[in-house]
Amino acid sequence: MSTLLKVEGISKRFRGLLAVDRLSFEVPKGAIFAVIGPNGAGKTTLFNMIAGVYTPDGGTITFRGERIEGLTPDKVCRRGIGRTYQIVRPFPALSVEDNVIVGALLHRNGVVDARAHALDVLRRLDLYDKRAQLASSLTLPDRKRLEVARALATDPKLLLLDEVMAGLRPTETDRIVAILRELNRETGLTIVLIEHVMRAVMALAGQILVLNHGKPIAQGEPQAVVHDKAVIDSYLGAEALS
Amino acid sequence: MTMLGRLIDGVSVRVLILLGVLAVALLIAPLIAGDYLLTVLILILYFAYIGQAWNIMMGFAGQLSLGHALYVGLGAYTAAALYVHFGIGPWLGLLVAVPVAALAGAFIGFLAFRFKVGGVYFAILTIAVCEFARVGFDHLAWTRGSSGLFLPVSQYSGNDLWHLRGRPVMFYYILLAATALAFVGCRALLQSRIGYFWRAIREDEEAARSTGIDTFHYKMIAVVISASMTSFAGVIYAFYYNNLFPEQVFHISRSIEIILGPIVGGVGTLFGPILGAFVLTGLAEILNNVLAALGIDLPGAKQVFYGICLLFVIMALPDGVWPWLARRMGLSERSK
Ligand SMILES: Nc1ncnc2c1ncn2[C@@H]1O[C@H](COP(=O)(O)OP(=O)(O)OP(=O)(O)O)[C@@H](O)[C@H]1O
Ligand SMILES: [Mg+2]
Repeated sequence: MSTLLKVEGISKRFRGLLAVDRLSFEVPKGAIFAVIGPNGAGKTTLFNMIAGVYTPDGGTITFRGERIEGLTPDKVCRRGIGRTYQIVRPFPALSVEDNVIVGALLHRNGVVDARAHALDVLRRLDLYDKRAQLASSLTLPDRKRLEVARALATDPKLLLLDEVMAGLRPTETDRIVAILRELNRETGLTIVLIEHVMRAVMALAGQILVLNHGKPIAQGEPQAVVHDKAVIDSYLGAEALS
Repeated sequence: MTMLGRLIDGVSVRVLILLGVLAVALLIAPLIAGDYLLTVLILILYFAYIGQAWNIMMGFAGQLSLGHALYVGLGAYTAAALYVHFGIGPWLGLLVAVPVAALAGAFIGFLAFRFKVGGVYFAILTIAVCEFARVGFDHLAWTRGSSGLFLPVSQYSGNDLWHLRGRPVMFYYILLAATALAFVGCRALLQSRIGYFWRAIREDEEAARSTGIDTFHYKMIAVVISASMTSFAGVIYAFYYNNLFPEQVFHISRSIEIILGPIVGGVGTLFGPILGAFVLTGLAEILNNVLAALGIDLPGAKQVFYGICLLFVIMALPDGVWPWLARRMGLSERSK
């Protein structure tokens, strides 16, 4: 499989704190790739660098063979990277449908086309029945799904999901897992997800990268990673194995 | 879908009826209204039109301008000066006045959006540029500085539409046409791609960027359209009042006047600026008459009463009168 995203030696410093420290990894096309690690490990900072919110202090990010580090977020999105926010940010006073139409309009000029596409995406994410509601009136799990829908509507090649399962009940988690797996299988969409819910990570990911203090402490197949001593010590704890 | 079909797509029958009644009422109003009422209606349409233009920036794209008098003034002064100095009529003058205002808007937008001047600081920048223009025009000999620029006036028997020389009723119909066009144009904008992007920016600029929207580009378009539209009202202002003083035209109270209508009517709604203009101008005139009838002649009494009424409306209906009225009348309204 060819490489879709290649991160080489990127770092990000916030005043004294080195949030991401010379990090490198590759995500193959069509993969589901998980990034895990304790709070403050630098996961969201990593996403923000890929998505163009921060320019890395050093290192390169290559997407589909082109360098993208330092591009603005809108340009990164145009190149084919969609993202969600850990702290959700849908457009509150717009309806669910209009939120997703905004995303769909990125590569469509007509609102009619965009609406049709938006409704398809909403069906996929079980939000079709709520399409007329204001985004601000949704529950947190629904808002998280709405963000996924909005990002998906921009027709990304790569989707960055920052803790979309946090705060969900197990049945809701299973549903999102099923939706993401289906998307990945049917459309070939590559997904990088940050997640604390190990049940979802194990069910989805082909590869896991474990970060701690901005550095990788393990990377590989899920089974190997969760049995890694360093990972257990610094993040999972022994009970995760049971 | 046809152009018309798209414009009225999703609009309820009740709203269409309301629009029809309003249109007919405004069309025949001059036949019934006396001279006094006509001048009040002209004022209302003037504020409805400019309110609509201001609303594009604030209500649609979320950019607060507190200096819209700048665009009124630039439009007014450009067209008036061209007329006084070269005999160039207002409609040709528009071809210069609108680009001048658009450039001023682009200048403010560029400064603010390139250097990330947002929120309150953006609003202050708009005030500052307008103040700068006020002082500048005070000293600009070409437009007669602070002694004022006057357009030649005489008694008009007929209405010369081409030179905008005529009786108030002519200005009434011009402003009515402009307000109607602005209303339809804003609806079209709001429903188009750009309208979706504007609202996304208004709601959350960072999220809009990460959804692929070039926010700089779309904010610039909002400022330029708003400034251009506003300058047209300035041209009409110049030829209606026939005198321009920098201290009046560019005064900050003028900018505030412009934004009160849409705020009271409902920011971001299409009916808000129109309704707000009716409510505010109507209120001011009623106060005038009541105070006169009661024989109260205290300086500032009108302003105080006006302020109290305004305060009451804003406290009772923080989203504006239109959203409340639309609910009361069973017109489901969202972003209309
Ligand atoms: N904008 C910022 N300014 C200063 N420090 C920041 C900023 N963003 C993140 N940090 C710091 O960088 C470190 C990494 O933060 P980051 O949000 O990337 O962690 P995370 O792995 O996503 O954690 P969590 O699991 O809690 O979401 C933290 O110590 C955080 O406080
Ligand atoms: Mg995080």
